[in-house]
Amino acid sequence: MPNGVVAAHDQHGQHGHHHPALQHHFDDLEQQLEASTLGMWLFLVTEVMFFGGMLAAYMLYRIWYPVAWADGSNELNIVMGGVNTAVLIFSSLTMAMAVRSAQTGHRNATMIFLVLTMLLGLTFLVIKFFEYKEKFELNHVPGPNFRFEGPEAPHVQIFFSVYFALTGVHALHMVIGFTLLSVILWMTYKNRFSPEWYTPIELAGLYWHFVDIVWIFLFPLLYLVDRSHHIV
Amino acid sequence: METTVVESPVNYLNHRHTVASWLLTKDHKRIGILYLIVVSIAFTLGGIFAALIRMELTTPAGDLLSADVYNRMFTMHGITMVFFVLIPAVPAVLGNFVLPLMIGAKDVAFPKLNLLSWYIFVIGFIFTITAMILGGVDTGWTFYTPYSTQGSESNVLLTGIGVFITGFSSILTGLNFMVTIHRMRAPGMTWFRLPLLVWALYSTSLVQILGTPVIAITVGMLAMERGLHLGLFDPRLGGDPVLFQHLFWFYSHPAVYIMILPPMGVISEVIACFSRKNVFGYSFVAFSSLAIAVFGFLVWAHHLFVAGISPYSALIFSFLSFAVAIPSAVKTFNWTATLYKGAIWWKSPMIFVFGFLGLFLIGGLTGLFLASLGLDIHLTDTYFVVAHFHYIMVGGAIMGYFAGLHYWWPKMTGRMYNDTAAKCAALLIFVGFNLTFGPQFILGYLGMPRRYHVYPPEFQVLNVLSSAGASILAVGYALTAIYFIASLFVGEKAGANPWKATGLEWTTQSPPLPENFPETPIVTEGAYAYSKREMKVA
Repeated sequence: MPNGVVAAHDQHGQHGHHHPALQHHFDDLEQQLEASTLGMWLFLVTEVMFFGGMLAAYMLYRIWYPVAWADGSNELNIVMGGVNTAVLIFSSLTMAMAVRSAQTGHRNATMIFLVLTMLLGLTFLVIKFFEYKEKFELNHVPGPNFRFEGPEAPHVQIFFSVYFALTGVHALHMVIGFTLLSVILWMTYKNRFSPEWYTPIELAGLYWHFVDIVWIFLFPLLYLVDRSHHIV
Repeated sequence: METTVVESPVNYLNHRHTVASWLLTKDHKRIGILYLIVVSIAFTLGGIFAALIRMELTTPAGDLLSADVYNRMFTMHGITMVFFVLIPAVPAVLGNFVLPLMIGAKDVAFPKLNLLSWYIFVIGFIFTITAMILGGVDTGWTFYTPYSTQGSESNVLLTGIGVFITGFSSILTGLNFMVTIHRMRAPGMTWFRLPLLVWALYSTSLVQILGTPVIAITVGMLAMERGLHLGLFDPRLGGDPVLFQHLFWFYSHPAVYIMILPPMGVISEVIACFSRKNVFGYSFVAFSSLAIAVFGFLVWAHHLFVAGISPYSALIFSFLSFAVAIPSAVKTFNWTATLYKGAIWWKSPMIFVFGFLGLFLIGGLTGLFLASLGLDIHLTDTYFVVAHFHYIMVGGAIMGYFAGLHYWWPKMTGRMYNDTAAKCAALLIFVGFNLTFGPQFILGYLGMPRRYHVYPPEFQVLNVLSSAGASILAVGYALTAIYFIASLFVGEKAGANPWKATGLEWTTQSPPLPENFPETPIVTEGAYAYSKREMKVA
């Protein structure tokens, strides 16, 4: 045989029908699931690096300007930030429940949990909106209108730049996640999933948890820099 | 051992004909061709910018281009060549075409994502082209702050958006390839039976996945800084311009390995075929790719030796930069050892490989000059640096890309090109290249700085030599385009395996079937089971 290759039986040919979700270039659903999951994890790795660039800037300037970092951090609304942290952690639970329901084939439960997750995501975004609005009113948004009293004012502006960059990109990810879940919800409604195949729900879940975890890091890094000296 | 391929009248080129069947294709082979078209356009464009630069530099005075236009020319040359030619050339064109064939798969793991990558690439290219039409950019391809955020009045923002968008195409291609290599291998295709190009593409994907997001967010921060003057990189407001350089090179140095690793993989394929031998030290060559990918992330600050970084960190980065030469040297020695006692077959792909070996050697060794802390201070921002990275990027990467194009062209198109013309082109490119960039080492060592459109008269002789070499280089590239295009109309049929090569891609017909193989292949031996005797028969 040339080049050490022998012909194999085409795997598709052996069973006359296959799952409608199976794409033509995969042999079976298991291979397809493994590929999709690995792809999603790799995507999350790139996401970590994406935030990593901003966190590098955060780290450098926090070391350079510890006082400005404490001043800026104490200006943030810890109540809104704290509530949002709780909201997101709770949404991770409902997301996990949605994946579990899909796995066990409970379509209605899946839809309820998806809707709950989306509502919690929306709550987060609404609270974030009011938090940003407050920053605009206090002139804490970097740029020509930035106002801050004190000797560290320019460095506090850098703090707020990093704050808006990190939370802004995070909020963008929340919006994308919300859109993603709407599609998943629609697909669930259209009965596309079964315990045999629910990969999109699982992948959306991975993404949602990732966005939550990013916030779990952002909250202490941004809101809790020097709270011990400023009891609310 | 004649190949027993049954020719089917249907192949990936002729099974559908409409424009939509190309623009909406999910076939990795067609997507490879789509990339080939865009990359070739970008290469021509970048070449035109380079030609203008060389024309200006034939005389010491700034008579053809003004200083401002000259700045825009070298910037656009750099941006076009780096982001739209070197980074996508081998992975997106050749990798897309041959990777699934090489591992015996029907397609990459995510065909729709693959098409999306191409569209993202094209959109990024359109943004960049638009910026160029609107007057271009003058920051240098490195976008250094604070000039890019405050000084420059050119289209930094638009170009930045183009680079940002293109980055995602690179990330998605890397992700796709990595999953493909993990999950789509044919039965029997174990890791150590993989062709070395696959190892190289795997290592490249690693760099694309880990590095590219960082440049994306860095360019994003640059855009915010430029638009809103936040102070992130502005020393007057307490920001640090050197932070930008760190973040930029954290991607852009590993990006050099995105450009050179895949051509290195191509070299392993071609040199084995045309020496009729297994690649010497297969596993060393395979792991040296991974080693380069990993070490490549730890050397970025050697671009900052004169930027005021601490001497202790400079010492470490210098050491690591020397260390990254080791896996590259392992490859070069192993390729040379592959030639030893091989039955060398003088076909054009092999001529390009020889060109690669010579030029990459010079490029690699001069890199060590620049990694030395003391010498680097003398050579930073001179033509020595320009010559060094062109030896790696053009002498290495483009030579490797051309070796691959000549090797797989019969597979991609089903036609043979004129081999004599190809050998002439290889020779012209080799000679022209050395004449263009050889004198630049001397110019740089004598102190001629890069990025100026005027220079003292005593440098004219070497600059004229360099420009003359560039004309020869241009003739070589033009010749390549001519015989490749001609082969589509008058080339003889290639048959399944014109080079009598091993590897799964040669077991299917040329051009391949839409689904690559009539039946999923089963692999029973390593990638390079060549025997010299068989060559004598041929």
